[in-house]
Amino acid sequence: MIHLTIAPVILPALLAPLLLFMRHNLGLQRAFGLAGTLALLVLSVLLLARTAQGPAAYRLGDWPAPFGIILIADRLAALMLALTATLALVIQTYAVATGWDQRGRHFHALYLFQLMGLNGAFLTGDLFNLFVFFEVLLIASYGLMIHGSGTTRLRAGIQYVAFNLIGSTLFLFALGTLYAVTGTLNMADLAVKIAALPPADHALIRVAAVMLVGVFAIKGALVPLHFWLPGTYANAPGPVAALFAIMTKVGAYAILRTTTLILPQGTPAIGPLLADLLMPAAALTLVVGAIGALGTRSLPRLAAFAGLASIGTLFIAIAAQTPQATTAALYYLIHSTLATAAIFLIADQISAQRGGRLSAGPRLASQGVLAALFFATAIALAGLPPLSGFLGKLLILTALPDAPLLWTVILTTSFLLILGLSRAGSTLFWTTTEARTEAAPPSPLALASIAALLALLAALTLFAGPITDWLAKTAADLYAPVAYIAANGLGGLQ
Amino acid sequence: MEALIAIAIGTLTATGLYLILRQRTFPLILGLSLISYAVNLFLFASGRLAPGLPPIIDKAATGYTDPLPQALVLTAIVISFGMTAVIVIMALGAWFSGGDDRSDTGGGE
Repeated sequence: MIHLTIAPVILPALLAPLLLFMRHNLGLQRAFGLAGTLALLVLSVLLLARTAQGPAAYRLGDWPAPFGIILIADRLAALMLALTATLALVIQTYAVATGWDQRGRHFHALYLFQLMGLNGAFLTGDLFNLFVFFEVLLIASYGLMIHGSGTTRLRAGIQYVAFNLIGSTLFLFALGTLYAVTGTLNMADLAVKIAALPPADHALIRVAAVMLVGVFAIKGALVPLHFWLPGTYANAPGPVAALFAIMTKVGAYAILRTTTLILPQGTPAIGPLLADLLMPAAALTLVVGAIGALGTRSLPRLAAFAGLASIGTLFIAIAAQTPQATTAALYYLIHSTLATAAIFLIADQISAQRGGRLSAGPRLASQGVLAALFFATAIALAGLPPLSGFLGKLLILTALPDAPLLWTVILTTSFLLILGLSRAGSTLFWTTTEARTEAAPPSPLALASIAALLALLAALTLFAGPITDWLAKTAADLYAPVAYIAANGLGGLQ
Repeated sequence: MEALIAIAIGTLTATGLYLILRQRTFPLILGLSLISYAVNLFLFASGRLAPGLPPIIDKAATGYTDPLPQALVLTAIVISFGMTAVIVIMALGAWFSGGDDRSDTGGGE
């Protein structure tokens, strides 16, 4: 057993309660919180190196696989862990630099619990354990969402909580159906058993598959289950909204696992059902995001809709279900997370000085730097060269060779996004009134963390070659999950 | 027996869904509780209904019922208990700071 596999879950689980003992000393909380996230980054890099040799499994309690819960770190899980840790470190630095962590209580403890839930969700090999880690990450996100209070934030928080509680209930219905039909909840065991199901059970598995994908679509904000996203992201604290950029990717990760491992394309039980459902939903999500970005008059909502559009593009690539499309999807996933986080942080900086409305206003402090950062982020989000958004969309388009409708949708929505973002930029920075704002200039560390995200996007572009090679191997492993299923060690007591 | 459980789950789910769609936080929380009852019954029934049989090894037992769904139900009950506590606190916070218990943000941004 590889103990390194469970370390990204255990470390925040032990550190976060310790932070509760330091609740009266902000400096100690910040030090331990940042140290914890840095340690998570180191652990995820070590796991990345380890998974090059094959999946690393960890059986909880040393119980054999279908009967006990197993954590499996394969390349995809390690990639998501590294992305989460990097994003979390940058955002935590931003929260410390701007003083967001002081506006409510227990920010750093909740932050570490959130990371524990995210890491567990990416590592687990058992569907019910996935449900449990979803709940851990959701309950931490509820706490982070209402951090800093305020009536609108609380009401938006209640809607977010209610939506996700309904989603969790749907998840349990799906799990109950799957268990009733196959007798197992281990992902690899489900893959084996569903491939060999008698035709009498096909209808129930179709129901369970749609419910399961429905839950992950709620997490991933696919139309028509996306209605929670604009309200939540626009009303959440800035750094929290940026961290939520990885939460929708949990839905993308889960759908990727479902469509490659548990219910792959050739499964007789479901046929082309999942692709038929996911592709139109993804395209609609992209369209809704682009139109919303063009039509909104609020900067945080612009960021939320731009994020929705990038999720739509990501899901188009995932729904195509070929190894090349999945490689493009993984590249775009990394890009989308970093770019969405960057625009939320910039929106937070601008809103802190002059409120969230997209209208003419006083000149900002450090306007030049903020304008440059906004410009770079807008280029990245809209998919213009030279940043990784362009490469990502190019990879996705080349992976969808015979889909003229999808090409039209992707290119037209890119144009709409360019329009919306440039209109926002020119309203914010070029139509300033005579007055000067009285707000304090932004902290250099906060601007540096936004610049760090953009530097990561630039690195994603510069090293696109080696990165896409590595991602191609990851995607190939996903479509031939023999090593993953073997790492489970099924057939323990049979 | 199966018909009775199915009707019970259906009624609980329908009532819960109706209450969730009311635009006040108190019916919302009641509706979420009813739906969680429904889903716990559903999970319990996914192990097939076996009246009177124990889930744990017992020398005097003639047969066993599936213990795994019962463990799943326990986990789900504990999790939804925590979630209900969170949403009740948030609803109280919104009530005290906003003056009413409407669950919409009042339109606009």
